[in-house]
Amino acid sequence: MTEAAEIEALVGRSYRHGFVTDIESDTVPPGLDADVIRFISRKKGEPQFLLDWRLKAFRHWLKMREPRWAHVRFEAIDYQAISYYSAPKVDANAPKSLDEVDPKLLATYEKLGVPLHERARLAGVAVDAVFDSVSVATTFKEKLAKAGVIFCSFSDAVRDHPELVEKYLGTVVPYTDNFYATLNSAVFTDGSFVYIPKGVRCPMELSTYFRINAAKTGQFERTLIIAEEGSHVSYLEGCTAPMRDENQLHAAVVELVALDNAKIKYSTVQNWYPGDENGVGGIYNFVTKRGDCRGRNSHISWTQVETGSAITWKYPSCLLRGEGSVGEFYSVATANHFQQADTGTKMIHIGPNTRSTIVSKGISAGHGQNTYRGLVKILPSAHGARNFTQCDSLLMGGECGAHTFPYVEVKNATATVEHEASTSKISEDQLFYCLQRGISQEDAVNMIVSGFCKSVFRELPMEFAVEAQNLLAVTLEGAVG
Amino acid sequence: MLKIENLHVTVGERKVLNGLTLEVPTGEVHAIMGPNGSGKSTLAYALAGRPGYEATQGRVLYDGQDLLALPAEERARAGVFLGFQYPVEIPGVNNVYLLKAALNARRKAAGLTEIDAFEFLEFVRGKMKFMQMDESFLSRGVNESFSGGEKKRNEILQMLVLEPRLALLDETDSGLDIDAMKVVAQGINSLRGPDRSIVLVTHYQRLLDHVRPDRVHVLSRGRIVHSGGPDLALELERRGYDWVLEASAA
Repeated sequence: MTEAAEIEALVGRSYRHGFVTDIESDTVPPGLDADVIRFISRKKGEPQFLLDWRLKAFRHWLKMREPRWAHVRFEAIDYQAISYYSAPKVDANAPKSLDEVDPKLLATYEKLGVPLHERARLAGVAVDAVFDSVSVATTFKEKLAKAGVIFCSFSDAVRDHPELVEKYLGTVVPYTDNFYATLNSAVFTDGSFVYIPKGVRCPMELSTYFRINAAKTGQFERTLIIAEEGSHVSYLEGCTAPMRDENQLHAAVVELVALDNAKIKYSTVQNWYPGDENGVGGIYNFVTKRGDCRGRNSHISWTQVETGSAITWKYPSCLLRGEGSVGEFYSVATANHFQQADTGTKMIHIGPNTRSTIVSKGISAGHGQNTYRGLVKILPSAHGARNFTQCDSLLMGGECGAHTFPYVEVKNATATVEHEASTSKISEDQLFYCLQRGISQEDAVNMIVSGFCKSVFRELPMEFAVEAQNLLAVTLEGAVG
Repeated sequence: MLKIENLHVTVGERKVLNGLTLEVPTGEVHAIMGPNGSGKSTLAYALAGRPGYEATQGRVLYDGQDLLALPAEERARAGVFLGFQYPVEIPGVNNVYLLKAALNARRKAAGLTEIDAFEFLEFVRGKMKFMQMDESFLSRGVNESFSGGEKKRNEILQMLVLEPRLALLDETDSGLDIDAMKVVAQGINSLRGPDRSIVLVTHYQRLLDHVRPDRVHVLSRGRIVHSGGPDLALELERRGYDWVLEASAA
């Protein structure tokens, strides 16, 4: 077998998390108009300000067009064919402990290798599990409450802390921001909310597992994290999805606000259904993530491992406003079979002496297309700003593609901007070297790929780093030879 | 140990080995010498099972087993080791990680349990000391920004850790200064034993001053054209290859 054929066989492993849990959904008929938005808002018992905000977003959205600049191709999405609300019927009486959780749901987590209670207890991780669009179980809430940390579903935050939501919602990603973010602003159903008070180090990693489950239901999550002065939080987001024939739209919005000397570390492992070997099905992952370093020495760090989805369109970014604030972006993105990934970051240097670091590792296999798209913008006010960017691409097989679009705009002569880039293939020499040491081809590929991604993996929290390596191995492993 | 009969090997369109016959008995050290392009590295690669090195005729028996029928990783697990002429860099993968994976693959194939991390570290440290290598080496990437000499030393370290039955060392002596050469030779000699065979592929007599071979073979145009005792290497060093090639052509 030739090297190319071997690698193609190797990456041809099918998706492991393909199954659907049968839980009765309370779903609105497909279609979107102002009434649907009112329905969602009423269903969730929202205050007037939020309904007004949703409707403003909706009216704005009607005037917008989908962006076409990304290096991705897909059939036009019929937004009237999507159902915008779906919730497990138990939601009138949300469970207060795991005992009250639908056992089928718990079984689903088991299959995914996310034993919620085990995981929570052993790892000391609080898990706000989002299943379809409504939070079902929230753990460790009390311990967090003692520290003054608020970690809850977005709906709960709207109910219990409307003043915080009103103050911060849409201040990082305005409802006019872009087509998908605007749609999300109009129709989002749930998500997560985190508030870390002044001077508090969050006593544990906060973790949310997302899952898309009901057919034809677009998932519109909204996450808002606020770190007050001198506070510190690490947030983990991971997700998998069941096997599907139809494309599912996922258009989430994540907003982070870091005030003076606050640090937010946001880590993602994304493993949504990527479609089959022929490019049929899979999730459209059109996400807007942005962090605002609003204070002096604010620090926001994004780490992402993107292995799933048919299409990924995602640019976790940082607005570096406060003097001396720091933005970081560490990314591993894989595109296998017919997956398309167009991902990267924007680092907008506004304040003086702001610093940013970008490390992007793109892996392309099969017919996958992987694009890094990044913007480093130094505004005239950003005296002494510094950026370092490293973009590496790894190609596996001859049918895939890697593309890099680094945009740099420097408007202040005292700034320093560095960019390093490389493109390489897993070489026959490297593979044979490992084989000759008795290591199987599969293990060799994993080893080489892990080595390639090392500088990103080491940014992940420990328990996530292991999971990410396993995930990457599953994504790229397969029948060898 | 190793019995090669009438081996023909093509690489791409090129026929490189043309009916090579060679026997290396257990416990012996043989040197294969020859001019550039005679097929020395091809022989090493073909024996190790490198993809693209296709045996079109002949057979190779390793401990009576059909070596060519095995994929490369199984040959390695069965105790065939190739010390590379140009060891490749694998960025981001720690030396210690590769070594441990390799050793455990070999142990597993031999029906042994995997070695635990503590025991392994003790074992490797001992070997490193013997090879005069710095501790920091373990956490560096495989061959990543190693000098030529460090790479070769690393090959020998791997060999000492894996304790192969048959070691094929492809120009392990090239790129070494005198001190490094001595260390490498010491490593090779330490592996010598009644259960092992070593095949040294080399251009020069230099290494053979330190590792005295039992037999010396001259490879030319894909065949062994002349064999002799250790003194043959000295004679080749003095007289060059032409006299052997002429004699064999006649």
